Amino acid sequence: MTAFGKLIRTTAFRLTLVYLFLFALFAASLLGYFAWNTRRLITEQITSTVNAETSEISEIYARRGLRGLVFNVENRSLRPGANLYLVTDPTGRAIAGNVGSLAAGVLASTGWSETLYRRLDDQDNQNHRALVRVTELPSGFRLLIGRDLEERRRLFGIVAHAAQWSILIVVVLGLGGGIFVARRVLHRIDAMTGTTQRIMAGDLSGRLPVGRSGDELDRLASNLNAMLERIEALMIGLKEVSDNIAHDLKTPLTRLRNRAEEALTRSGSEHEYRAALERTIEESDSLIRTFNALLMIARAESGQARDNMDNFDAAEVANGIHELYEPLAEDDGMTLKVKTAFAPLHGNRELISQALANLVENAIKYGKPVQAAQTLGAHAIPVSREILIEAERDGDKVLLSVTDHGPGIPEADRQHAVERFVRLEASRTLPGSGLGLSLASAVATLHGGELRLSDAHPGLRATLAIPARAGGSERVAAQTQDMPQKVA
Amino acid sequence: MTAIDPQMRLLIIEDDRESADYLVKAFREVGYVADLASDGEEGLALADSGDYDVLVVDRMLPKRDGLSLIGVLREKGNRTPVLILSALGQVDDRIKGLRAGGDDYLPKPYSFAELLARVEVLSRRHGGPAEETTYRVGDLELDRLSHRVARGKDELTLQPREFRLLEYLMKHAGQVVTRTMLLENVWDYHFDPQTNVIDVHISRLRSKIDKGFERPLLHTIRGAGYMIRDGLR
Repeated sequence: MTAFGKLIRTTAFRLTLVYLFLFALFAASLLGYFAWNTRRLITEQITSTVNAETSEISEIYARRGLRGLVFNVENRSLRPGANLYLVTDPTGRAIAGNVGSLAAGVLASTGWSETLYRRLDDQDNQNHRALVRVTELPSGFRLLIGRDLEERRRLFGIVAHAAQWSILIVVVLGLGGGIFVARRVLHRIDAMTGTTQRIMAGDLSGRLPVGRSGDELDRLASNLNAMLERIEALMIGLKEVSDNIAHDLKTPLTRLRNRAEEALTRSGSEHEYRAALERTIEESDSLIRTFNALLMIARAESGQARDNMDNFDAAEVANGIHELYEPLAEDDGMTLKVKTAFAPLHGNRELISQALANLVENAIKYGKPVQAAQTLGAHAIPVSREILIEAERDGDKVLLSVTDHGPGIPEADRQHAVERFVRLEASRTLPGSGLGLSLASAVATLHGGELRLSDAHPGLRATLAIPARAGGSERVAAQTQDMPQKVA
Repeated sequence: MTAIDPQMRLLIIEDDRESADYLVKAFREVGYVADLASDGEEGLALADSGDYDVLVVDRMLPKRDGLSLIGVLREKGNRTPVLILSALGQVDDRIKGLRAGGDDYLPKPYSFAELLARVEVLSRRHGGPAEETTYRVGDLELDRLSHRVARGKDELTLQPREFRLLEYLMKHAGQVVTRTMLLENVWDYHFDPQTNVIDVHISRLRSKIDKGFERPLLHTIRGAGYMIRDGLR
């Protein structure tokens, strides 16, 4: 496509053409209206003058007879101007006036007519156009009074001329403006296209140029830039995740391989072989768990789990998780408590249960008080081995929180702690995939909420803050603490 | 592993040759009659004509996918229990599989112990006795209507959840029940806890029903799960 072809295909240029046509039409009709009205006005003026003169002269004839008439008409004929006079006798011979010749038949009928004429003192030998009125006088004489129409014609010519010029100017300016605007737009679009092509070629850091005018193109460009920003962040996230997956899966895979190799090379007893194989299976199970957790996070983040949402009470979820983990916590020397109020949610119950389960598991694992080990005998700070699960409705949010009184997470680390595979220094020696908080956070995000980590003085309070179900303020049915049992 | 009815007939519909051969071999080793079909059409024809106790169906198959195969079978009135195997292990996929007419769903990769335990539970259900109101294992007795549990002459006090746990175990007495099966059937959760949360519940239950008695009934099956059974292994 040629540059010109590209130019005239732009929306801006096409719009210009439409406007151009409309403006030309407007100018033409305005001038047409003006011309027509002027013509009417002039004609009216002529007729009223001619009528006045006719009655004046008729009166002179009536008072002073033919002599007076001829004298008066001759007198008038000598005045400069475009007025025409002619008096004829009953046979049609001219007696007085300034008209030399007339189109045939004009004098035959009385009344108004438009006719060609020639003046008596005419030098240019040309016919002119005039508007005349013929009156019959009582004695059979005829009186013609008229006015040259040259003035009217000239005025009309001026208007037509103006119309030509104004339309020409409108077209030239319009086309010029259209090309200018189209080129400007085209230039910016070309710049955007260039950038997007660079981005498509793999350079994700490219951004569209944004002008300072804040017009629609700038808004489009800044929106596209925001989109690119998000895509880039996702891509970086993805890269980090795949690096982390590679690391986190490679480490246990290496261990797995080493163990198998070791078992093979050392000619051990059957018992040793068995132990090695069992550890191998355990190791691969933990690999599968990591993988499942990653898939779950990916699904929650991509919003795929949205299909499976229904209405339920978060308090029920909290009670269910409490019931499931209470013995485990007790075995670990902790006390797991639950405090719930009706908290209606619309969401994926399974995912929310799992997110809460992750928070509880974290609390059991990492929420043990530290003071007990440090301060032997010194001023013993009362330590609490209690973990509290809470479900409540707070305005338009449902808060599902787990509070422990362990070492907590320093404020600076909290943001970091939610990231995938991040295991804070303190927890590296304990088993775990480092995906628990990431999953909880992804689940909260999927439901339009967030995971908040705060200080429990001492300890950690992890809260899933999720928008409450609208209109769910009344309890639907009495709910027991037990989940419905699936018949197997 | 456990005593298997020698007449148990199984059809495995799986297109991956290696895993199919492994399954057939493993099931034959525990005493099953295991047939193999390697695509959806063949599987449908075999399932329709043969008299099987359980079908193990891979979800993604050549010629006809697993879910449509189950759909056709169910439409024909074939009620053979179906266990779906799938690489898509997410909650939504499981629900889709069960809605299509599957009876159980196991995501890949799975352990054979888990698969075997589930197949056994399914087949027992297929031809097994009607739901009883009282379960008995040795001198342990559970009354499902009055929620009373007794061992010998001693009345036992169980929490509601412990009762449900015991009920499920006793319903499948003599069969291995895995941790995942317990989590799914007793608690209705389908996620994978990172901790040994089920083991703690089992040990609490065990302390109530076995502590102080000479013959333990609740056994741990290494690498698989739990089983309630009269007598030592």
